[in-house]
Amino acid sequence: MSARTLPLLFLNLGGEMLYILDQRLRAQSIPGEKARKGERCAAPSAPVMNDIISTMFNRKFMEELFKPQDLYSKKALRTVYDRLAHASIMRLNQASMDKLYDLMTMAFKYQVLLCPRPRDILLVTFNHLDAIKDFISDSPGILNQVDETFRRLIETYNPLSDGEFQLIRQTLLIFFQDMHIRVSIFLKDKVQNSNGRFVLPISGPVPWGTEVPGLIRIFNHKGVEVKRAEFTTAGNYVTPQREGSFELYGDRVLKLGTNMYSVTRPVETHMSGSSKNLASQAKENIAPNPLAKEELNFLARLLGGLDIQKPAGGESGFRLNLFTTDEEEEHAAQTRPEELSYKIINIEATQEPARRAELSRILGELDVAEPRPGSAEKGEDLLALMDGL
Amino acid sequence: SVSPQAAWCELPSRVLLVLTSQRGVQMYDADGSTMVFWHALDVPELPAAHSVFARGIAAAGGCFVCVGEPRAWAGWWPWAGPGPADPPDPTGTSFGAVLVFDIPPKGTNVTLSEVLEQHRDPITDIAAEQGQAPDGAGDLVTADDCGTLCLWSSREEFTLLGKIPGSGCTCSSVALWNGIVAAGYGNGQIRLWEAGSGRIRAQVSAHARWIYALDLAPLTGKLLSGAEDSFVHVWKLSRDPDTDDIEVQHCHAECVTDTQVCGARFCDPAGDTFAVTGYDLSEILCYGPA
Repeated sequence: MSARTLPLLFLNLGGEMLYILDQRLRAQSIPGEKARKGERCAAPSAPVMNDIISTMFNRKFMEELFKPQDLYSKKALRTVYDRLAHASIMRLNQASMDKLYDLMTMAFKYQVLLCPRPRDILLVTFNHLDAIKDFISDSPGILNQVDETFRRLIETYNPLSDGEFQLIRQTLLIFFQDMHIRVSIFLKDKVQNSNGRFVLPISGPVPWGTEVPGLIRIFNHKGVEVKRAEFTTAGNYVTPQREGSFELYGDRVLKLGTNMYSVTRPVETHMSGSSKNLASQAKENIAPNPLAKEELNFLARLLGGLDIQKPAGGESGFRLNLFTTDEEEEHAAQTRPEELSYKIINIEATQEPARRAELSRILGELDVAEPRPGSAEKGEDLLALMDGL
Repeated sequence: SVSPQAAWCELPSRVLLVLTSQRGVQMYDADGSTMVFWHALDVPELPAAHSVFARGIAAAGGCFVCVGEPRAWAGWWPWAGPGPADPPDPTGTSFGAVLVFDIPPKGTNVTLSEVLEQHRDPITDIAAEQGQAPDGAGDLVTADDCGTLCLWSSREEFTLLGKIPGSGCTCSSVALWNGIVAAGYGNGQIRLWEAGSGRIRAQVSAHARWIYALDLAPLTGKLLSGAEDSFVHVWKLSRDPDTDDIEVQHCHAECVTDTQVCGARFCDPAGDTFAVTGYDLSEILCYGPA
């Protein structure tokens, strides 16, 4: 399949993650250091968002990301976002992290599926980046990082043919195959059915470059049109108004990839009942993956080596809850269906002493250039992370 | 590894199951028990940036199996004529080659007899004549990512008879019947071309999304098209014997609700029944007369 898919997968999932975190941070209204009494302070969400965005668009990480390569496995990718979500003083419990990842993946799956043209995946990506730039509009340094990635995207993807974009799209769809987690906001908006499948409309504007179906034109052997006929179907399509912009700035026209959350629209997930597909997928994942260690090593090295903000005044940070109450979060952790659990990788880690020793060795090798007060904590953090998976 | 394509190749002497993957081409006996032959993709210089796998499979000329393969640009164009005005970036370019395998009536002595290099873009589909080719028309058509179609004659050696230049829109699927080339495109159009002259004879705004599959029923000239817009259409191709005009009529439409159709095939040579597959669909849907 296409070896250029990973940057698009990473950036779009990251964008969805930021939308959700932003909404939850506002809803949870974390009091800041400098919050005055009785005044709602939005400031704490800014350092959290800044830290995560700055980590996500780290130049070295982006360089590695853009190298042609196969997609990471679902497990390895999930670990990247775990690290990313913890790149600030914010902490997430397992249940909240699970919910966050479910929402991110279903949202992007929806966007990929509904893209009118394969090339429109790029417009979806640009929508995410436009919104990210809005989050950090006050930080010129980070803005620069994002713009650099924007330019790299344009340089890498704008010249690709429709066929190559279709391959990228197919690679993404294979990655998302058989995921049918029901998302409350999708169910309410009637874009997802109660069986978890997305609604594919057969009306609305056709993609740019496509004609409204219905016309048959016949030409004679000289190439002159001699006849026209029409056919009708249940579809109800119209011509599109204009094409979205593929430049650094511009009207993308497409709404897919823009922020669908707001403080008034809380997000919940319903765990779909067990299905044969999911069970068989879970079985497949238990088989030892020799590459998993390699992937984890590589990603851990990149993200673990980045300078992560230390909370001022020695605070241990705050915990963000993706559910409305702590009790709900606890309940979700206990009732998560087995086949949707992301714990699968842990079975190997704890049961095989050899593997555990190997992972400890890898952690020992992580590059720590100068002694940093938090480095031991980070190493433990990663191990704890893997234990907790 | 992922296997993007599988096809039955019916030759007069035997039937082979041909599979393509990122590693190469595999051929099996009809019951799948024996691997008859396997060919590794010849793309060591291709940078990983390229989607490397064989696409397009067809049986042709009574004893050949043709498979499309991407090839790396090695600094020179294989065509006799001049290359494109702007030489493409050598780090990211491949073009399309068609591998022609000579299949013995039995046994495993399959040989690569020819490599046809006329496409500048990766091959997407290959189709052999399923009816009777008129004089001068070819019996094999190959299509690529840019929409270019090449027409070939497979007598003894493969000869290029004509080339229909593409307009940039991917031709995702192609069929050939009685000298009529039916081509499905990424923008939802179906076009019919005269195989002998290379002229366009019909243009249908058939689908609202990327056409994934075209199939032809050789006994009746019915054409099946399946696309990402959830629709499957049945068309009827015909040729007026007096005027030599090519006709296409719409016969039937099926909407597979909330499903992007990925595969569609007739189940019988008259085209009375057809089967459909789709993304995230674990079933094969079969449609037949009421």
